[in-house]
Amino acid sequence: MASELITKYMREEHLPHIWCPGCGHGILMRDVAQAIKNLGIDQEKVCLVSGIGCASRAAGYMDFQTMHTTHGRAIAFATGVKMARPDLEVIVIAGDGDVAAIGGNHLIHAARRNIGITVIVFNNDIYGMTGGQYSPTTPTGEFGTTAPYGNIDRPFDIAVLAAAAGASYVAKGTAYHAPQTIKLIENGIKHKGFSLIDCAGICATYYGRKNKKGSAVDMMKFQRDNTITVEQAKTLPREQREGKFILGKLVENDFPEFSDEYQRIIDSLKEKKQ
Amino acid sequence: MSKRLIVNPAWCKGCGICAEFCPKKVLMIVKEKVTVANPDDCIKCGMCEMRCPDYAIYLEEAHDEE
Ligand SMILES: Cc1ncc(C[n+]2csc(CCOP(=O)(O)OP(=O)(O)O)c2C)c(N)n1
Ligand code: SF4
Ligand code: SF4
Ligand code: SF4
Ligand SMILES: [Mg+2]
Repeated sequence: MASELITKYMREEHLPHIWCPGCGHGILMRDVAQAIKNLGIDQEKVCLVSGIGCASRAAGYMDFQTMHTTHGRAIAFATGVKMARPDLEVIVIAGDGDVAAIGGNHLIHAARRNIGITVIVFNNDIYGMTGGQYSPTTPTGEFGTTAPYGNIDRPFDIAVLAAAAGASYVAKGTAYHAPQTIKLIENGIKHKGFSLIDCAGICATYYGRKNKKGSAVDMMKFQRDNTITVEQAKTLPREQREGKFILGKLVENDFPEFSDEYQRIIDSLKEKKQ
Repeated sequence: MSKRLIVNPAWCKGCGICAEFCPKKVLMIVKEKVTVANPDDCIKCGMCEMRCPDYAIYLEEAHDEE
């Protein structure tokens, strides 16, 4: 018993999912399904790749061609798929630990190459699956099981990192702002080169509990009340931007796409041979 | 064409997100499950469906039999 969207794009026999009550991953996974539906892409032409983590379980629930691979390596697997089958719409769903800690190297080089895959980060600022260790996006001073006295690292902004590395479409969404986030994911999938949509998630179980942020509802309210648009972020003074969620598109460029460039070489060599 | 609000209690984990952010306060959590407390106030905006992490509440096209 489910909506048309869920029946079509999810493996209903595996639902309800194992994510905790109020987990933002559930909201973001629905956003991905809705974005693909809105674009009207043939389901068989979508290859969804994930690594390991709570976020990565999405590849088990979503009904496309799917690959549930190893921690941090989803982008590497996705690169292989895209090079073998450039006609496929290759989408990666990744956690913040997955994509920015162990998988950080794959992320920056895939962005630099501008390979035509879409990475959607379910970014809850923590290692959810393994019990609440701090991740590369955990803000300074916040707590995790591995930061009992507060995190002394400075966090990555994954979107800014991807943009700096050469990604040609970069945006930021949130679990609370579902309609806007669906649109940003849609535009990221439509975009030809490397796209990344960094989506602020909700993990009340570990991040919330460790940092006294309350329930999933409280964390959603906090997102609602502390989000500014990309345009506002450009004009607001630094103190007023601090700690805010950002919503909107940061970057869109038409750099050459990697699998296209590769094909051009093949074509030019074939021509020479003839 | 009108829409109907459907609840799937088997999938509901009682997180309370749908009830909290419903603009018309239609929903309530009773014994850790969602309940449609004020059905007449529902404006069929679909926000509960969009934010439910468990796909346990949604709008469906009503094929009017009445
Ligand atoms: C090579 C390897 N190292 C470490 C792990 C343990 N591990 C599993 S998931 C995970 C991190 C999960 O955090 P994140 O990627 O942010 O996803 P979340 O669970 O928060 O959605 C780690 C360290 C692993 N499975 N494989
Ligand atoms: S531990 Fe956190 S990220 Fe993992 S399912 Fe629970 S709420 Fe979601
Ligand atoms: S948002 Fe979904 S899971 Fe949470 S209480 Fe409402 S129907 Fe239940
Ligand atoms: S459709 Fe809108 S008004 Fe109706 S219950 Fe859901 S959120 Fe409330
Ligand atoms: Mg995480």
